[in-house]
Amino acid sequence: MSTSLRPVRTPPASELSPDLLLQMHSLMVKARVLEERLIQMYKQGDGYFWIGGPGEEAFNVPLGLLIHKGQGPQYDYCHFHYRQSGTLLAMGTDPVDAMRQMKNTATDPYSGGRNFVGHFSIREWNVVPVSSPIEVQYSMAPGTAIANKRAGGRGITIVTGGDAGTAEGDFSTCLIWSSRPANPLPILMIVTNNKWGISTHYQGQHGEKRISDRGKAFGIESKTIDGNDPEVAYRELSAAMEYVRTERKPFLLEAVVSRLYGHSSASGANRLNDEADCIVGFERRLEERGLLTRQQMDGLRATFAAELLAAHKQVKEEPQPDPKSIHDHVFSERDLVRGDS
Amino acid sequence: MSNMVQAIRMALHVGEERHGVTDVFGEDVGPPLGGAFTATQGLKTAWNSPLDERGVVGTSIGLGLAGCRNVAEIQFCDYAFNTIDLLKLAGMQHWVSNGDWNCPITIMTPVGSGIRGSIYHSHSFDATATHIPGFKIAVPSTPRDAYGLLLSCIVDPNPCFFLVPKALMRVRSLPGEEIPGEPDDDRKLSKMIDAPLGERSNWKPQWPDTPDHFVPFGEGRTVRPGRDLTVVSYGRTLPLCVKAAESLAPEGIDAEVIDLRSLYPYDWERIAQSVRRTGRVLYVNEDTEITNFGEHLIRRTVEELFYELAAPPRLLAGAHLPGIGLADSLEMASVPQLPSITESIRSLAKVEP
Repeated sequence: MSTSLRPVRTPPASELSPDLLLQMHSLMVKARVLEERLIQMYKQGDGYFWIGGPGEEAFNVPLGLLIHKGQGPQYDYCHFHYRQSGTLLAMGTDPVDAMRQMKNTATDPYSGGRNFVGHFSIREWNVVPVSSPIEVQYSMAPGTAIANKRAGGRGITIVTGGDAGTAEGDFSTCLIWSSRPANPLPILMIVTNNKWGISTHYQGQHGEKRISDRGKAFGIESKTIDGNDPEVAYRELSAAMEYVRTERKPFLLEAVVSRLYGHSSASGANRLNDEADCIVGFERRLEERGLLTRQQMDGLRATFAAELLAAHKQVKEEPQPDPKSIHDHVFSERDLVRGDS
Repeated sequence: MSNMVQAIRMALHVGEERHGVTDVFGEDVGPPLGGAFTATQGLKTAWNSPLDERGVVGTSIGLGLAGCRNVAEIQFCDYAFNTIDLLKLAGMQHWVSNGDWNCPITIMTPVGSGIRGSIYHSHSFDATATHIPGFKIAVPSTPRDAYGLLLSCIVDPNPCFFLVPKALMRVRSLPGEEIPGEPDDDRKLSKMIDAPLGERSNWKPQWPDTPDHFVPFGEGRTVRPGRDLTVVSYGRTLPLCVKAAESLAPEGIDAEVIDLRSLYPYDWERIAQSVRRTGRVLYVNEDTEITNFGEHLIRRTVEELFYELAAPPRLLAGAHLPGIGLADSLEMASVPQLPSITESIRSLAKVEP
């Protein structure tokens, strides 16, 4: 592995088409409205706990658009954390399913009412179950990346987590295992740095100048980007992914993002006004470029809000899990991941 | 005739050749060493990992989710305690995804005392393993069972613990308990599959043609039939229980000995049938005695068989200590040994209702 950090090509802004910008904007707004609806569900007693990613849409939406989704090692494996509804929406999920998980209904397709909201799981798209323990996904990522590399295609492993979680040993595990000279691995390690670990600020806990600097010691290509700018995020993610897909080596991407509603419902889930809002900045730009009017953007938000309010009402009527189902699926009779149906 | 380490090696080879094992890995698992106990010598998919147990377990999970059957080794179970949350996650992948994912992995690790391993090479793991739902748990006490249980772990679509009693690693099969297809001659087998000492970079094993042999989960084995009481054990203490039972026969005490072989699922029906007949049961294992797996078996015994008992069910287990001290006198006093097992059987046989 190269020990010098080669610059990664970043396509110029002009390469992003107006259609793509409008698609990203629409998904960002949908993701924000979804999170705000999920918070409302929590506050109205339609769910026990809320956690999510309002404020990370400018990064999470481009990520979802760029993933090669599918099943098996020819496609990307996704080891996500619990702030990525924007990514899942961009991959093509129906927002009502996040609401089902929020309301822990039997119809929740990700966990059947067993897990918190934002804890996605979709085997058909290689989205492995999101778990509450922080950073464990970084220890699992080398396993799927070995399978990606062995399969010989362009599939990669993508693992995401926050800045506070990088203090866990699992983050080091991923740096070490992905850069072993015996078998470098195609892993895109993403750190969305919102500068907070629940109530503890980044500044008091991190002696390193940038989290991405930790890749340097391992010869891992690394970069810190503005995750609040969807155009920057799209271009940088494209470049980083292309590197991992073709070089079959790891890349560490740190994206600085905002946390607009605090850590979770445990800290109130109230809107904070001292953080930059990626949608506000992006909408100003779209208006300046004449791609959308304020009226059109307000209309879009109102449409999503009405749709998700209707979905909320629908989800409230859906059944809770049967208590007799607690013993279902402790053991599998079939080897699903090896093709049993 | 093989010892347990050779039996494990042959099962892993069969797993690679016929059952889709893609990776056998862990610390010092690959060449040149082939495992701290040599259990992974000569295997084509064996590789050395960084010294990082969390990485070993996490990577095993990732490989499993990607459909790669793998056997990941934690060099001593004493070093698996910092991986408990990852093991919990392995055990829940199928359940938490409501049946969408499964995780076909085997975590192999040497357990227990018996090699004067001091505090951090003597821990047991059976009580901990039974507290991690979603895993199947195998503990062999003979080479043939090691072969058959490991193959059952490998082909199972769920996470499995394969807990190897390190005191029995070099114990050979009794006559009549050979692995099908293995050479009778110990020296011949050793020449075929044991790596030579020293330089071995060009060495290739000559594997005997051993067929599939599966010991199913949840199927114990009645090693010694008996009339007067039932002894249920597994792992290192199992052969000691058999020896103790034999030694008590001249006293007119006829003990039945059951080798549980797997702890989850476990062969309750075999235990219950035996205890209904004998009315007396002693559970023996060497994990610490508080919240011990044997305590669970006593609970079921009391709840389901109370009116058929002639004596209180008993547990002989390890003392509730932080570790096992190095000195021979300390190790012998900390976990069940032949004298304490013999005395426990004798006293249980003599309890008057």
